[in-house]
Amino acid sequence: MYNQTLSDASLIGCPHCDLLQRLPALAPGESARCPRCDEELWRRPAHSLDRPLALTIAAALLYIVANSVPMLGLKVVGREASTTVFGGASHLWTAGWESVAVLVLFTAVVAPGLQIGFMLAILIGARRDRPPKWVGRLLRHYPTAATWSMIEVMILGVLVALIKIADYAKVIPGVALFVLGALIFLIAAIEASFDPREVWDRVEWAESTAKQHAAGERTSEATL
Amino acid sequence: MSTAVLTAMQQGLQTCEACGLLSRPAPGEIEGHCPRCDEELSFRKPASLQRTWALLIAAAVCYIPANILPVLTTTTAQGAETDTILQGVVLLWSPTGWPLSLIVLIASIMIPIGKIAALAFLLVTVQRGSIRSNKQRVRLYRMVEFIGRWSMVDVFVDTFTAALVQLQPLMAVEPASGLVFFAAVVVLTMLAAESFDPRLIWDPSSSREVRHA
Repeated sequence: MYNQTLSDASLIGCPHCDLLQRLPALAPGESARCPRCDEELWRRPAHSLDRPLALTIAAALLYIVANSVPMLGLKVVGREASTTVFGGASHLWTAGWESVAVLVLFTAVVAPGLQIGFMLAILIGARRDRPPKWVGRLLRHYPTAATWSMIEVMILGVLVALIKIADYAKVIPGVALFVLGALIFLIAAIEASFDPREVWDRVEWAESTAKQHAAGERTSEATL
Repeated sequence: MSTAVLTAMQQGLQTCEACGLLSRPAPGEIEGHCPRCDEELSFRKPASLQRTWALLIAAAVCYIPANILPVLTTTTAQGAETDTILQGVVLLWSPTGWPLSLIVLIASIMIPIGKIAALAFLLVTVQRGSIRSNKQRVRLYRMVEFIGRWSMVDVFVDTFTAALVQLQPLMAVEPASGLVFFAAVVVLTMLAAESFDPRLIWDPSSSREVRHA
């Protein structure tokens, strides 16, 4: 059973305090906060589809490189060893720590991949006048992928590990480490330049009758 | 009535957690799906207090073995040696390495216990119907949400140390059982923060203001 839509589409409830309020129309670069709890309700960046798309394509390329080359290596008494991001998780698995291996693989490889992949698909799909339903479905699950994508935390962990190991071996930072460092900034820039509301406002509705209803309302509002 | 604070719930309206759309349950229904994105809707996160308590207690239980049991085993020609998280912090402490030692101390020991304490405080104040310092409490919740992921640092430190230091027979590092509990603490506290509904902080004040209006 679907809920009924309201006639006034600018009414919202604050996600952090439930205050019923009207979301003002914002110009690009402006943001709106809840007057009661100070939660940021909407921030509208300029070029909120083109800019994140360019950044996401770059992020996708870096992601591929970061996961195919070694991230760090070491050299001690003539012996060398190196590992990729995936290698870290697979070592845990073979050493018998499957649950931690799955967590590391998920937060360091799978979730960032989903985050970038979802964003790429959302931005490409949102270029149509009426983004299809699957865009909404991906956008609905995007925050979960973003929450569990922990590249920046991993980088800090790797740096700590490097310095610990440097006490008794020569450590060699790999190419992937620098690529991942750049990827952190790209992902932050994607998040800052993307406006989910812009996509939600145009996406095809889950309930098709509601969609027609809303479309009818939108045109009637436009003529008023 | 015009000065009273009105919430979406008091008006019988539900906010979609996924897409933000405000909608009204169909006549005779209590809950429904979001017409825009198909998410299941409710006025407040379902069983928010029970779920958050359950996850939080599980996290607190895991926090003890996570700190007592070793997270790494180092095997050298001289034999095997184990390190707990706190020993790792002490080991890193040196004239040049102290900033890193501090990072691990904060991320691995202070953030998890701080998160557990903060969420417990929020749950208790919500259950007692507190109307005091709502703004500070919601700010505390945002901090918990934002900072939680950084506890994962130690999991990554141990993972990559173990993956790299495989120099048998000179030296080999392997994870130890404490790491599983530590990882569980991080995941459980993140899930606990996610299942808490910050709107519950404001509900007692909202209903009071409407009653007095």
